[in-house]
Amino acid sequence: MERDYDDVPGTYVFDGRRYRMGYHLNMFLMSLNKAECRAEFAEDERAYLAKFPMTEAQQEAVLQRQWLKMLHLGGNVYYAFKLISHDRKPPQVMYGQMAEPNMSFDEFQAMMIAGGRPIDGNRSKKEQANG
Amino acid sequence: MARIIAGMGTSHVPGLGAAMDNGKTQEAYWQPVFKGLEPLRSWHRDHVPDVTIIVYNDHATAIALDNYATFTLGVAEQFLPADEGWGRRNVPTVQGHPELAWHLVESLVMDEFDLAVSGDLDVDHGLTVPLSIAYDQPEIWPTRVIPLAVNVIQYPQPTSLRCFKLGQAIRRAVDAFPDDITVGIWGTGGLSHQLGGERVGVVNPEFDTQFLDNLVSDPMANTRLTHTDFFREAGCEGIEMIMWNVMRGALNDRVSEAYRFYHIPVSATAYGAIILENP
Repeated sequence: MERDYDDVPGTYVFDGRRYRMGYHLNMFLMSLNKAECRAEFAEDERAYLAKFPMTEAQQEAVLQRQWLKMLHLGGNVYYAFKLISHDRKPPQVMYGQMAEPNMSFDEFQAMMIAGGRPIDGNRSKKEQANG
Repeated sequence: MARIIAGMGTSHVPGLGAAMDNGKTQEAYWQPVFKGLEPLRSWHRDHVPDVTIIVYNDHATAIALDNYATFTLGVAEQFLPADEGWGRRNVPTVQGHPELAWHLVESLVMDEFDLAVSGDLDVDHGLTVPLSIAYDQPEIWPTRVIPLAVNVIQYPQPTSLRCFKLGQAIRRAVDAFPDDITVGIWGTGGLSHQLGGERVGVVNPEFDTQFLDNLVSDPMANTRLTHTDFFREAGCEGIEMIMWNVMRGALNDRVSEAYRFYHIPVSATAYGAIILENP
């Protein structure tokens, strides 16, 4: 079923469709709340991921830290935080890699300091298509 | 009789807590934020309630997609700062108020708000950062706390109006609590921000200002905002602002604005804070 919020560009509302697609990916990400799980993941990422019934594509996205891909595959950004934190990197690194076009940490930080991404022109896919 | 003395709305960005925990508040990036918080902290020094109901959301820490509820009330004696992926925050343990918490559970359920109840709840930055914002770095938190977690992550989140009505029901419950205590209520999260997707970093000062203005003088206007209004205008994670409606619903129809602060950016968000007093 199409939703009115599907018209919001570059936005992934975490609804039932995404819940079902990303359940195991997000449960893996959430497991990193536990120190013993973080240690086990750090030891051998691939072996730890094999404990979760995730798709091959989801596992690759995690191993390669493809943040936007994780969202496309049902991941939620609040869950993805656990992984970027585990990597000891600031969230702006993840934000920059999801942004279109891609931005470095410094570029993302500079955009925010300059007032953030403007809402004008970023409200609606339909509006964008009509210029 | 118990009475609600005031409400506060504040964002709960984890970076704010980290800046305090790591002694970075005087760095150029953070200095204007903490300067803007000074009057807010000064107000809090003069208005410490016996108990504060903190309306917040858990971020896949103690509550997640395997089991979640729309509203969860914490009834424990105390709540530990959670390990949300980077170890527990080195802040005081949060002391609960089980008597008022159980009174709220009974009163709210009888009022047809069917809450989930938690007797074992580690609280994440959504709750501890607002405490740090209000009280800085004390040895113990000066107020007891009742956590009220709202699902703002998994669609469908509760409606804006439902949140406001929950606030009204909390007010009725507090008014009926026999002990002579003072109560504060905080709505946390927001303001406009989006943390995921190609549009990450979007903020909307016009929307935020209107929301804050409405909170003071036309709170029902904020109850008419739809889910898509928030996603579109305030960013995907801006829907956290519905939690401010719970706070507002618990206050008098007419309130006085004691303080307001707005600043872009704090991390990828528009930071906002407001203090509203019941006259």
